[in-house]
Amino acid sequence: MNHFFARHLYLVDFTVASLGRRRGRNLGLFAVYVLLVFVLASVSLMTHGLRREAQAILESSPEIVVQRMIAGRNDPVPTGAVAAITGIRGVRAVQGRLWGYYYDAGMRANYTLMVPPDRPVESGAVVIGGGIARLRQLDTGDIVHFMAPDGRIVRFTVSGTLDSASELVSADLVLMNEGDFRAFFGFPADRFTDVVASVRNPREVGTVASKIALALPEARVVTRADMLRTYEALFDWRGGMVAVVLSGAVLAFVILAWDKAAGLSADERREIGVLKAIGWETSDVIAVKFWEGALVSLLAFLAGYVLAYGHVFYFSGALFEPALKGWAILYPRFRLVPEINGQQVATIFFFTVVPYTLATIFPIWRAATIDPDTVMR
Amino acid sequence: MLFHPTIMALLLWSAAAVAGVAVAAAYGWTILMEWNPASGSARQLVLERRTYLVSTLMAVVLWGEVLSLWLFVYNADAMAVMFVGAMCAVGSLNADPYGFPALIAKIALFFLAVVWLQVNRADNQGWDYPLVRVKYALLLILVPAVVLSAGLQYAYFSGLRADVLTSCCSKLFEVDREGVGADMSSLAPMPALVLLYGGLGLTLLLSVWTWRRPVLSAALAPVAAAVFVAVMVSVVSVVSTYVYAQPQHHCPFCLLKPEYGYVGYALYLPLFVGTALAVSSWPVHHFRRAASLAQAAPAMTRSMAWVAAACYVAVAVVCTWIIAASELYYFR
Amino acid sequence: MTDTVLISLKKVSKIHNEGRPNEVQAVVGIDLDIARGKVTVLRGASGSGKTTLLTVIGCLARPSSGRVALDGRDISGMPERFLTRIRQETFGFVFQGFNLLRGMSALDNIMLPAYPQAPPHRWLRRRALDLLSMLRLEHRADTPVEMLSGGEAQRTAIARALVNDPPILIADEPTANLDTALTREFLGIAETLKAQGKTLILTSHDPRVFEAGMVDHVVTLRDGRVEERR
Ligand SMILES: Nc1ncnc2c1ncn2[C@@H]1O[C@H](COP(=O)(O)OP(=O)(O)O)[C@@H](O)[C@H]1O
Ligand SMILES: [Mg+2]
Repeated sequence: MNHFFARHLYLVDFTVASLGRRRGRNLGLFAVYVLLVFVLASVSLMTHGLRREAQAILESSPEIVVQRMIAGRNDPVPTGAVAAITGIRGVRAVQGRLWGYYYDAGMRANYTLMVPPDRPVESGAVVIGGGIARLRQLDTGDIVHFMAPDGRIVRFTVSGTLDSASELVSADLVLMNEGDFRAFFGFPADRFTDVVASVRNPREVGTVASKIALALPEARVVTRADMLRTYEALFDWRGGMVAVVLSGAVLAFVILAWDKAAGLSADERREIGVLKAIGWETSDVIAVKFWEGALVSLLAFLAGYVLAYGHVFYFSGALFEPALKGWAILYPRFRLVPEINGQQVATIFFFTVVPYTLATIFPIWRAATIDPDTVMR
Repeated sequence: MLFHPTIMALLLWSAAAVAGVAVAAAYGWTILMEWNPASGSARQLVLERRTYLVSTLMAVVLWGEVLSLWLFVYNADAMAVMFVGAMCAVGSLNADPYGFPALIAKIALFFLAVVWLQVNRADNQGWDYPLVRVKYALLLILVPAVVLSAGLQYAYFSGLRADVLTSCCSKLFEVDREGVGADMSSLAPMPALVLLYGGLGLTLLLSVWTWRRPVLSAALAPVAAAVFVAVMVSVVSVVSTYVYAQPQHHCPFCLLKPEYGYVGYALYLPLFVGTALAVSSWPVHHFRRAASLAQAAPAMTRSMAWVAAACYVAVAVVCTWIIAASELYYFR
Repeated sequence: MTDTVLISLKKVSKIHNEGRPNEVQAVVGIDLDIARGKVTVLRGASGSGKTTLLTVIGCLARPSSGRVALDGRDISGMPERFLTRIRQETFGFVFQGFNLLRGMSALDNIMLPAYPQAPPHRWLRRRALDLLSMLRLEHRADTPVEMLSGGEAQRTAIARALVNDPPILIADEPTANLDTALTREFLGIAETLKAQGKTLILTSHDPRVFEAGMVDHVVTLRDGRVEERR
């Protein structure tokens, strides 16, 4: 055992020295390696961060949402449903919600208009999210005009903006009071967008949800756990898509690694020959080459990951902004909560270090089994 | 559910492992067929050099399998939110009938790979490579094993369906699907503890004995394999409940989580290493019959038995510590 | 020292690129005994097979046919892995072009052959420094080898060959690029080593070498066969 460690210590020592002697040679590969880890880790940290954010939002979202479905489409829920649900055992509180989307043609952006249940907004006033405030350069006290669906121009005073802590959800929000909302959209007075319910005992969410479904046959009942699962699956699916897209890059990297490991310079070839001639065994040479790969991988992985960490958590994934902006004009300025988890690290490891190692086995073996008498020729 | 980064990583790896073992076996086959130590021909030298490629490939496959086993379990735990009724990895593994078979195949593959590498290590100490034929015949057995493991894993992941909302139905998922996570076999505390300490004691005794008399590895290997299963059963039945301080929570995987101080690693690491060494001590010792290994093989067996004994002590210590530190009491 | 046989070659042949169009019979049916503790010189024109024979004697290559016995043990069919181990313990090599690893210091180069054995680092360093001072090179210990002069490089190569304390030292054309003074210096070192009980096997077509007083045996090769022994 002691000999095992001592031998590897010597071999690592030699490897470090030989990497030092050939700093330039591995630089190109190293840069590509770092870049690949950086991109994969950025995507992964970003998805994970967004998922956490979504989870946090869901934690505070209602346990049960009741919608009405007509012909497979959402339809406003009659206000009577609130009373019907309140009557069900185990239900603690029920509330009808009013919200909808508004398309700002001038800015080509979608806003979410909403009546806040817990925050009174004066008639004729709106509270807007940070994204809208930036987009339209609005501040408290400014006047804003929205065009109602029937063509009327409605004028609102900005009475406040939402803080940026939860900007991922609030960037595109416009809060207004119930009367304004119904008048603006011409929303029937006896309807809500949907109804939310909370449950006394969290373990009974499922039971209560099925009771609601029984009581209101045309309703679609969605629990928080359902949403959570759906989000999870959605994020994983997106991550999977990105991985598929990036697999081309991984493949290119593998080919580069193979090529680099196979294309030994005459000098390196001679060096291996010398080592073998002076008494190194094939497995010693293989070990040195593996250590070389391990050190390069470790450094590249660390560098790529640290860069990605900084990119995602300190620069809010700035390099992805153009890509994400394609999805929404109101790109949220959020700060994700830094978090690293083992699964992500291992997954990226399997997409980078493992292919690298596999790609280099064969070339390493070829190099290590050259005849020991080559140097005598 | 194949579009998931970790699942894709695991599937890619298993494909790579199949390819790696297949290449190793193909080279092994040429070695098996043409090996002729008496010949000084260039061909024999080529074959000798191929042995390095094969053992390097196998070592990489082994380490990849270790990492992939870990990631597989970790991922199963992380996926639990997507299945109704699943609380942790057990639920995810039960979400499809191939879940547990895939896990067991992965574990079996790990042990097979260790045995192969240990036989290989023994062979490399005999100057005439006395085990070449045995070794490469064994390698051919590993091919179906790695293919099976990859196949089961694929079947598992492709069969998984997250219980997600679809835009057009009012399907409710929160129906009672109790028992999805509850079908792991469960022993009562007392017999489980007897099984645990009895099994550990027996293997410990046998490995110390093997250390003194390597012949006994023939007994140690099968006992160690059986005790591995016994220890896993009692971990599920009782040790885990001590960790969680909940008599109903039987899960061998949550032990790996930070909430429980990663105690699972302290438990499984020595258990897997000890079992792997104890199991491979026998094939290695078997080869003392080759003249060139008459000394080396028993020496290897002894050192393996020694390390295995230390591992079993560690497992026992960790279990005892878990039980002593727990807030759960079955016996007063 | 008795004149016993250390290495014995029986009908040794070596064919390069066997079975290919560029096949070369470099060494043909050589019977040769190398005496323990003596200096043997393989002599012959360029291309006569000296180097090839040296690689077979030094376990760097296996003979295509015939037997090689080291200390009575047949090593001709041994796998490379074990041949390497034997070579490492038994032979030290001084190559024709020295083949020091560039970018590393003289001291590191000297320590290199011992790495796989992994002796205690301090001990190894001490041993390498001792060898350097024996060869009057201690002041060059930390010099990168590409800065060494020809003679210094050769002495570094000799020190590297000796670091594992092998009983046999093999040198291929040791004086090929040396002037008279340096050749004399090399012969002096060889004599010291012989006095220490080492067996030396050299190749050379340089009369200064094979006519030197300390040389015990000269084997002349021509076209891969032994032409004459002395
Ligand atoms: N690796 C090799 N491949 C092919 N031919 C070789 C090789 N090494 C030596 N030879 C040939 O074998 C013959 C003997 O060469 P060598 O042993 O180097 O002779 P010397 O050292 O006496 O000059 C020469 O014809 C040479 O061209
Ligand atoms: Mg020559």
